[in-house]
Parts: sequence; structure tokens; C-alpha cells
Amino acid sequence: MIHSLFLINSSGDIFLEKHWKSVVSRSVCDYFFEAQERATEAENVPPVIPTPHHYLLSVYRHKIFFVAVIQTEVPPLFVIEFLHRVVDTFQDYFGVCSEVVLKDNVVVVYEVLEEMLDNGFPLATESNILKELIKPPTILRTVVNTITGSTNVGDQLPTGQLSVVPWRRTGVKYTNNEAYFDVIEEIDAIIDKSGSTITAEIQGVIDACVKLTGMPDLTLSFMNPRLLDDVSFHPCVRFKRWESERILSFIPPDGNFRLLSYHVSAQNLVAIPVYVKHNISFRDSSSLGRFEITVGPKQTMGKTLEGVMVTSQMPKGVLNMSLTSSHGMHVFDPVTKLLSWDVGKINPQKLPSLKGTMSLQAGAFKPDENPTINLQFKIQQLAISGLKVNRLDMYGEKYKPFKGIKYMTKAGKFQVRT
Amino acid sequence: MSSNSLGYSEQGGETVSELGQEAVPTTAPSASPAFGLFSSDTKRNEDLKQMLESNKDSAKLDAMKRIVGMIAKGKNESELFPSVVKNVASKNIEIKKLVYVYLMRYAEEQQDLALLSISTFQRALKDPNQLIRASALRVLSSIRVPIIVPIMMLSIKEAAADLSPYVRKNAAHAIQKLYSLDPEQKEMLIEVIEKLLKDKSTLVAGSVVMSFEEVCPDRIDLIHKNYRKLCNLLVDVEEWGQVVIIHMMTRYARTQFVSPWKEDEEYNEKNFYESDEEQKEKNLKGKKPYAMDPDHRLLIRNTKPLLQSRNAAVVMAVAQLYWHVAPKSEIGIVSKSLVRLLRSNREVQYIVLQNIATMSIQRKGLFEPYLKSFYVRSTDPTMIKTLKLEILTNLANEANISTLLREFQTYVKSQDKQFAAATIQAIGRCATNISEVTDTCLNGLVCLLSNRDEIVVAESVVVIKKLLQTQPAHHGEIIKHMAKLLDNITVPVARASILWLIGEYCERVPKIAPDVLRKMAKSFTSEDDLVKLQILNLGAKLYLTNSKQTKFLTQYILNLGKYDQSYDIRDRTRFIRQLIVPNEKSGALSKYAKKIFLAQKPAPLLESPFKDRDHFQLGTLSHTLNTRATGYLELSNWPEVAPDPSVRNVDAIELVFNLEAASIAVTTPAILSPSLVADLEGLNLSSSSVIDVSIPVFVPMKTHELLHRMSGKGLAAHYHFPRQPCIYGDQMVSVQVTLTNTTDEKIENIHIGERKLPSDMRMHEFSPIESLEPEGSITVSMGIDFCDSTQTASLKLCTKDNHFSVNIQPPVGELLLPVIMSERDFKKEKGKLTGMNETSASVTVAPQNSTRLVIVQKVVNVANLGVVPSGEDNIHRFAAKTVHSGSLMLVTVELKEGSTARLIINTEKTVIGSILLRELKPVLSQG
Repeated sequence: MIHSLFLINSSGDIFLEKHWKSVVSRSVCDYFFEAQERATEAENVPPVIPTPHHYLLSVYRHKIFFVAVIQTEVPPLFVIEFLHRVVDTFQDYFGVCSEVVLKDNVVVVYEVLEEMLDNGFPLATESNILKELIKPPTILRTVVNTITGSTNVGDQLPTGQLSVVPWRRTGVKYTNNEAYFDVIEEIDAIIDKSGSTITAEIQGVIDACVKLTGMPDLTLSFMNPRLLDDVSFHPCVRFKRWESERILSFIPPDGNFRLLSYHVSAQNLVAIPVYVKHNISFRDSSSLGRFEITVGPKQTMGKTLEGVMVTSQMPKGVLNMSLTSSHGMHVFDPVTKLLSWDVGKINPQKLPSLKGTMSLQAGAFKPDENPTINLQFKIQQLAISGLKVNRLDMYGEKYKPFKGIKYMTKAGKFQVRT
Repeated sequence: MSSNSLGYSEQGGETVSELGQEAVPTTAPSASPAFGLFSSDTKRNEDLKQMLESNKDSAKLDAMKRIVGMIAKGKNESELFPSVVKNVASKNIEIKKLVYVYLMRYAEEQQDLALLSISTFQRALKDPNQLIRASALRVLSSIRVPIIVPIMMLSIKEAAADLSPYVRKNAAHAIQKLYSLDPEQKEMLIEVIEKLLKDKSTLVAGSVVMSFEEVCPDRIDLIHKNYRKLCNLLVDVEEWGQVVIIHMMTRYARTQFVSPWKEDEEYNEKNFYESDEEQKEKNLKGKKPYAMDPDHRLLIRNTKPLLQSRNAAVVMAVAQLYWHVAPKSEIGIVSKSLVRLLRSNREVQYIVLQNIATMSIQRKGLFEPYLKSFYVRSTDPTMIKTLKLEILTNLANEANISTLLREFQTYVKSQDKQFAAATIQAIGRCATNISEVTDTCLNGLVCLLSNRDEIVVAESVVVIKKLLQTQPAHHGEIIKHMAKLLDNITVPVARASILWLIGEYCERVPKIAPDVLRKMAKSFTSEDDLVKLQILNLGAKLYLTNSKQTKFLTQYILNLGKYDQSYDIRDRTRFIRQLIVPNEKSGALSKYAKKIFLAQKPAPLLESPFKDRDHFQLGTLSHTLNTRATGYLELSNWPEVAPDPSVRNVDAIELVFNLEAASIAVTTPAILSPSLVADLEGLNLSSSSVIDVSIPVFVPMKTHELLHRMSGKGLAAHYHFPRQPCIYGDQMVSVQVTLTNTTDEKIENIHIGERKLPSDMRMHEFSPIESLEPEGSITVSMGIDFCDSTQTASLKLCTKDNHFSVNIQPPVGELLLPVIMSERDFKKEKGKLTGMNETSASVTVAPQNSTRLVIVQKVVNVANLGVVPSGEDNIHRFAAKTVHSGSLMLVTVELKEGSTARLIINTEKTVIGSILLRELKPVLSQG
């Protein structure tokens, strides 16, 4: 399936290559560079590029292109999903996935890639299993290895590989047994000029960090499971149990994992926790435009809006902006024309505002469209859909674990058209 | 990085740049890179050689790490081959692994030297550690050296019969490697595939199907016997395997089942008010009514939960399976999941949107409820934006068009002009498809003509041109407006379009057209070729309709064209002149000039670019590229008549090898993976870590007589134990009773009358049978709670006229339910159940009974036990729990030297334990 993998950095250097079948010359990447040039922007490079003898499938993450070379028909999502899994694994191993880190750890990278694919077909992609085969580098281990000459490579087949719970390694031991669950909801919305909602949906995930000894069997139930319209599970969740009782029952992997992603049914009206008052105007005659925005809370259920960040892509005609903000920092990059305003926490008594003028290219016509405003924010201790975890129980082990559940609401793709 | 300044395109500079990179980490700090390149290179290799040949592992490891680092950068390190290959037998596992990496990369180039390493792998293939066996096979099969093909073949065959499923999985992968190395081995490899397809391990399933797809995708006959097993295993297979299996199953279903679609459509067409009789007639006239093959249904049902997978590829695979295989009325469920994938990364979105685009052409309704999910955000990349737009256009209908058009208005103003242009085309398509809004759209587009952006105007002109052509009403005003635009607009396509419009409808704008021609004549020489051609056309058309005003103008233009640089234009000029300007040489054609130029032209169809993609299977690379990719397998059409469905039946003899499939054939469908249906109650009772009830390993067909036909006055009854969890109660054993009428009269009202049960025993009887036709037979199921004892249940079987006393006595093996357990858990549990709770015996085992398969088969035949995976060849373990109380029943068979074996049973229920022991003993000793 997957013949080769090339890692290409933003300046167009191939800094790593790996082949699983016979070697494919790196000149195949020239087709990719051609497409990259045509696309002008990195995110417009088509994920699938045909060449005379191969097909190039790529993903772009952390400013690195991961280009897979394949030779025959294969479901493209198969390859793309796998490449994303590779990136996730690197991130899991090294904390960050950047060119420098990958180059520093090139041997581990190579060993991991070797285990992930055999003859181009995925072999081990669960990070719990991989970490047993090849231990992630830590400073302590590096030191110990140099002194004792021991290695990062395990010599036993991870037990998970053969068991009915392949995602969990055996023999897990902790002195403090804890299980944390974060319910994180994101609001995707498009708000139109007049402030009315064009579309709004809530997507949520439950991320877990479980550090429990042995083979715990957990069940998690909700007060209002009906809210969840569409769900996708980590493979550990027993689907039958969910179907019949709406209870999440699972033997968790060890460490961090995403238990569930869900979509809140569309019937429920989405509460929009923030509003933006804006007055952006260009005039035909003058080379100055007016710019004024105010951000304020709305339907936040008594919680504070935090981490508010406003970004907006200004039209090309805008040369510079002179603005004053009542709160936070604002930056306008005259090259990329990106305005960003880091507001921070919003105090309802004193609403933050950003006012000023834009200087336009002399003689140019006024832009057709006002820029859209992208909004980011966070609300702690609130799941905007009203989802509530009822209880978490553990079976199969005797100790009492420490349990914690946290709620958070964030802006997803939140846009205000002006 | 020193090479950053060098562009990739400078091929000549590549070596320099690479060496420049190398120079940084090498050990020649003083030598300036420009001069010392080659010397430092060879020097470094000397260094590495020495390190590799040293007797310190740390030095070797260091050297190997550096070499691998070089390989990763794409550097050729093949000259170190002899030094590296010596270390293949290193005791240090990390060195060994890195040597493997090196070998796989260079063995092809250094075939002779690579042969030195083979014996090491052959030895490792016999290693007791399964990881080492597996990785030896992996490397051996990855060395692309043709001489060792026979060795590879042999190793694959051996590994395919390995006890460890992990090794068998690697064998499945090795099949593909050998096949690509030497396609002549195909026949032998197919034999191995056939064998591995029968494997019941979820670990192997995905990999072997992958080999099947690569080596012999046309041998669909190999799938038949494994079809049901694969369907049932699917949920538990790892996600990548799922994708491959689902794609294969899609192809399989299209060749083996009849179409579920046709009947569907008829059903829809059927008049609601039609009386039943009429319908019946229809059915009689037509083919017999469609009934879905249960196997077809099994596939559709078992793939459904996978829509909830976190893996986008799995979700897409299921979606395409539903699209190609499921009845049309059931496809609806996939849309929600596909829309969910749109939250994912850019690349996933791209592929999913493409597939939705194709689906939404044929089945608008599928995605209509999710219209708003396709609204474009300004932050989307252009390719995502255009795809979303495509889908929005496909979904447009009378009801939502006004909302959509309002949305489109925002898009038209987008700063991304390429996207704005695409929006205009979309508006054009909506206008042609939905006649109610044609005028609105046209007006909107005309407004856009005064837009300041040239691309927008140009696109509008082109679209308006197409629209006017499809709507040949009186649009003189618009044409006049566009004529005015000619003064400002510079985009050639737009200018050409306007000219064409004026020419085509010149009779509607008789005053303007000649004036336009005049202006164009003036600017002719500076126009683009495309525009020049249209000027010529315009001239010709006007000459024919209005020759009085335009004769000289046209001739002037024709003269200009005659000496144009482009031969296309000279060509056209010559052609037009001959056709329209009458002279003595002009042929018969010029009479028809008007008909030729001013013929009614068919309006162009404005349709989706995804229209013709539906002949590719969804979710494939070919679909994404819209061309046949190498190795694309065509999806066949549904067969007219279904091929024999019985080929999928698995008969009892084969059960020995095919334990899993057998149980599936009898158990009720929709079994979710045992690991998923955890029985928590079971957990509490046995206070063990993981005990899940599993599906039975084997179901014996043995039936017991309940009532002989002689004593039953023609009514015969048999019962057997299907080994399914009882649906009437957790503590009951399910019993299936088959009643047969051997008389030649109807037997009416068969039911259970008075029953004599020992205390505590409970029974759920079958519901009364109204009548049983002569020669008819019926199977009913009932549940009996035997309270973990072998006491008989006596009851009265009654008919309308008679009643008979019958007894049901359970064999001890049927009072159990198999459980899944790891070897570790087994040992732990066994440790708790010693002393009083242990019974054991020595048996002399018949020689033919000493292999694992035979022992497993013999034991599970007698008792409903689950097989516990075992690491030791001579110890076989089985686990079950009693149905009533859920107590564990652990059976161990330990083969000793000679032909003796020790049989140990550990359980709290010592009575049952000892009975079981007594029953198992003869089974093992007899042949």
C-alpha cells in the first residue's frame, strides 16, 4: 500500500525519507513541488496528486508536509488517516512534532515508522503498544542508556497486541490512581451582519487521562444522554451497551486518549455566549476607513468569557491601521494583512473595544466586502449544551480511584460576517 | 541549514546541498566543507567501519544510529554493507533491529552479501519468542533477493501454521512481498491465503484479506466459506483491516446477491390507494417478490456500528458499502456520520466532500437536512470552499433556494476571487435547474456586471451568456447592457462571450450590433485570438442579416484576418469569406450560409463536474482523481439471478478447523463482539478482572430424543442445545425442541402441560403451536434453569387429543457458558480454586489425540467451554462459567511424556466438576 514516506519542510527540503518496499527515488517529489508552487498557499496543495507512475498523498501539519507515495488503487482516506496517526504518534512521543525534534530523534522516528507499517500495511498504530515496543526518549532514559548500554527497544511482544483489549498494556501500576475527564464543547457558528445566527452547532469531545492500576472496567453515564445526536467512540467503548442503555462502558487505554466525540442534536437551540458590535466602513472617496468593534458577553450562564481573541483578515487594499484598544494587545501585520487582538478576560461592566482608522491604498477602489471576524474564547466550568456527567464507576479493581470531571466551552470555527 | 538557500529545482546543485548538510554532523570540524567533502566522507566511513567491528556494543550501536540517520536523509550508505551485515546476529536487540532496517534498505543492491544473513533468520524463525519469530519473518520476506524465494515460501508456509496469531499475521503480510518478488509463486501463495482465510483470529483477518486483494482478487470463491465469519469478526478487527475487508465485501456482495434496488423503486411507485388484490396481481405478473438474502442482510447490519468509528477511513468505507450494496431506503443513516467527518482535518474534508458531491447529485434528499453544514467559512482553503459550493448547488431546490441565494451573495463578495467566480457559476447552475428563480438570478448577475473586479464581471458574462442561451426569451435589455461593457472589460473570455451574444441575437439589437462591429474593427489587431474569432463570427452574422450597414465593415475585418499571425484566424477568415461573400467561384454552400451561421444552437448544459464520477466506486482513489488508477477493481453489476447461496454454508466436518464460523451459522445474528458485550453481572459474581461471556467455540449438532414417534402417536420430538445465551433469563439454558408430525393428519394445539420440576428449577415454555401440518416440522426454543445440576426436567407434552410425559436431561457440558480469559487471568483464578475445589485424573491419551486441534475439538464437543490462549504447546486450557450461578469452571489438559495426560478441573461446583471430569476422560483416551 504505502510505498514510501517523505517529510518536507516549509522551505521545500526533504529532510527524511523512509521506504517500505523497494526504494522510490526522491525525484518523485518534484511533482509535489510543482503542485505546491501552483497552489501558492500551503493549505491549498491538493491532498492527492497523480504522477505518471505513482500517486502522492499528503497531509500538512506543524508546517511539515508528510507525503506518502503509493502505486496502486487504495482508499485515499486510508492513507490520509494513517498519516495523521503518524503525526499524532510523533507528537505523543516527542511532545511536539517539528522538524528540529524529528531530526534530533531520527533513530526513534525510524524505529517507530518501521513498527507502524509492514510492507506498507499498518501493523501497530496504538500508541500504547508502540510505546512498549519502542520506549519514548526521556532525558533520564538517555542518560541511563549511555551508562548501562541498555536500549529503547523492547524484546517482548506487547501483551496488548494479542489480547481482546489491544489498546491497553498489561501490568500497569500507579501509586496514585486517578481518572480525569474533560468535557470540551466547541461552538461552530456563522453570525451574519445584523447579529442573527446563520448556522450554529455544538461539537464536543471527552478527552480522558486515565492512570489506573491493573485492568479497570469503567462506566460513565450522563444525566441527559439524549442530547448526543451523533457520536464516535474510541475502540474501547462497548457499542452494544451504549445502544441499549446509553452508558459508556469501557476498559480504558493507559494515559491520554479521546474517549468520545459527539455532535449535539440540531433541534436544540444553540446559546451564543458572545456578541460583537462592529462598525467597519470604507468610503469610496477617501483613503481612510473607519474601524470599530466591541465584544461583549451574552448567554454565558453567569460564567466569564476568557481567552478572547479576535482575528480578522483585512482586504488587500488596507495599507495600515491605527487603532486603540481599551483592553489587551492588538497587532496588525501589514504584509499578511492580518489583524489580531488579544482581549483576554471580559469584564461585563467595562466592555472591551477596539477603535481607529484604516489607511487604504490611494486611488484604489473600496473593497467589496468587509472583513469577517474570527473569534476565539473559552468558558471554564460550562458545557454550553447542558451535557452533564452523572456518575463514573469502576469495576474489576479493588482500590478507590480519584475521579475528576472538568467542563469547558470553546469557540470552534466562530465567524462574524460584517 | 546551509542548503536552505538552494531551491529544489536546481537538480545539479542537489549533491552539493546534500553534502553540505552532511558536513554539519560529521567529525571533520576543521576541514572546510567545500574542500574536504570527499575525504571526510571516506574517512567517516572508515570510522564507522571500525566502530562496527569493535567489540563494544555501545560503539556498534552508535555507528548504527548514525548510519540510520544518514539513510533517513536519503544518503547512500551501501558501501558499509559487509561491516553491517556481520552484526545481524548481535545479542543487543536494538543493534539487531537497526541492522534489520539497514538490510531491508540495501539487500536488493548487495544480493550476494545479503545471503550471509539468511541463516540467522532461519534460526530466529524457530525462536520460542513470538516477537522474534515474527520479526525474523518480516525481515526475511523484505529482503528482495530472488535466490531465496524457495526459503521464503517455506517459511511463510510454516509461519501460517504458527500458534501465535501475531506470527500468522506477519505471514499474511509476507505473502504480498513474495508475490511482488516472484509472481510465479501465485498458485502456492493462494493455497496459503486459503488457509489463512480460515483463521479465526481478528489479528489475522485484515492482513490476509489485504493479501487476497493483492494476489488474487478474482478468486471470490475463496471467500464464500469465510463470508459469515468475516462479517461477524468485523467489529473486532483492527481499524485498518476493517477498511480493507469492507471494500472487499462490497465487491463480493455485488457479485453474489441480487439487487435490492429495483423492487424498491417499484415499491415507491406503487399507488398508495391501490387495493391489495391489484398489488398481488402485479407481484404475480412480475418476478417473485424480492427477499433479501440473509447473508446480504448480515453484512449490512454488521457494518452499521462501524459508522461510529473514530477512523475516517472506516466511516467512509461503510458509507460506500451502504451506497453500493444496501437498499436505497437504508442509505440515509450514513449521511450523519459523513457530515461528522467534516469537522476533521483539511485533507479528510477534501476527500469526504468529494464523495458527498457525487452522492448528492443522485440523492439530494440524503444531505438536505445538513445544508447548513456546507456553508462556507472565510477561513476554509479554496479547494474546500469550491467543493462545499458544489454540494450546496447540488442540494438547491425550490424550498431552500432563497436562503441559498442569500448565502451566495456573501460568497460573491469574497476576497478569494477564484471562489467568487465559482459562486457565479453556481448561481448560473441554480438558475437553470430551478426555473422559479431564473429571473432573479439573471438580475443578480446583471448587477454583478457593474462590479469592479474584472474576474467577477468576466465570469458573470460567461454565465449570463449560457443562461440567455437556455432562456431564449426577450432579453434585449441585458444584451444592450453587456454591449456597453465592451468598452471597459478586458478579460478575453468575457469579451468573446459578449460578441457571441450580440452576433447570435443580432436581430434583437439591430441598432447596436453594427456599432459594436465598428468599434471592434478598430481594435481588431490588438485583441486576443479568442476575441478575434468572435469578431469574425459577429461580422459574418451581421453580413448575412444586415448586409446593407455592415458589408464594408465585414470585408475590412476579413482583410485584417487574412494577414493575421495566427493560422486559426487566417483559416477562419478564408472559410467565412468563401461562405458569405458571393463570387463566381462560390459553391452551392453559400446559399445555405444563413442557415449555417444562424442555426438554432442547443443550449449548453450547466451541470456538475461530479456528474460522471459515479461510475467509480465511492471512496476510492480513482473516484478522487476521476481517472482509473492502476489496480482499480471495477464494481460489477448486480447479477440477474443470485448465485447459489448455499456455498456460504459451513458444514460440520469443517467445523474442526473453522470453529468460529460454525458458531456463527447457528447463533442469532447481530452478535457484537464478545469483548464489547461485557457482562458486568458476571464480573461481580466472580470478582475476577475480566470475564466476558464469549460466543461458543463449537456447537455440536447432536440431538436427543424427547419423544419417539411410536410412543407419541405420530408426533416426534427431539431437542438439542444451541449453546446460545438464553433470551428468557440469564440463568437459563436454552433448549431447542424440534417437533415433527409423522402422521397424515394435522396435529393441533401442541403445548406444554403439567410439569414436574425439582424445587428451584424454572422453565420458560414455548408458546403453543396451533397446528402442525402432516410431514411438517417446527423448531421452538425454550429456556430451562437447571440450577447447575443434572436433574431431569419432567414435563407433559400435550396435543389437542393426547398428552405424553417426557424428560429433558442436560449433559453436564451444556450447563456452562464459555468465557474469554487471558492465560494470566486463568492462572490467577486457578490459584484461588485449589484444594477442595480441584479434581484431577490421569488419562492415557490415544496417540491421534495429542495435537492441539484434536484436543480442542474433542473437549468443546463434550462441554461448552471457551478456549484460553496458551503459550505452551503441551498445556491446553479451557474456561467457562456455570449458567445458573456463574461459578468458574476451569479445565486444564496437561500432556505428559509418553501418552499420559493430566486432566484438572477447578471449580467451586465440585459435583459438576467431577461429573465433567468423568465425561472428559473417555473422550481423550478413545480414538
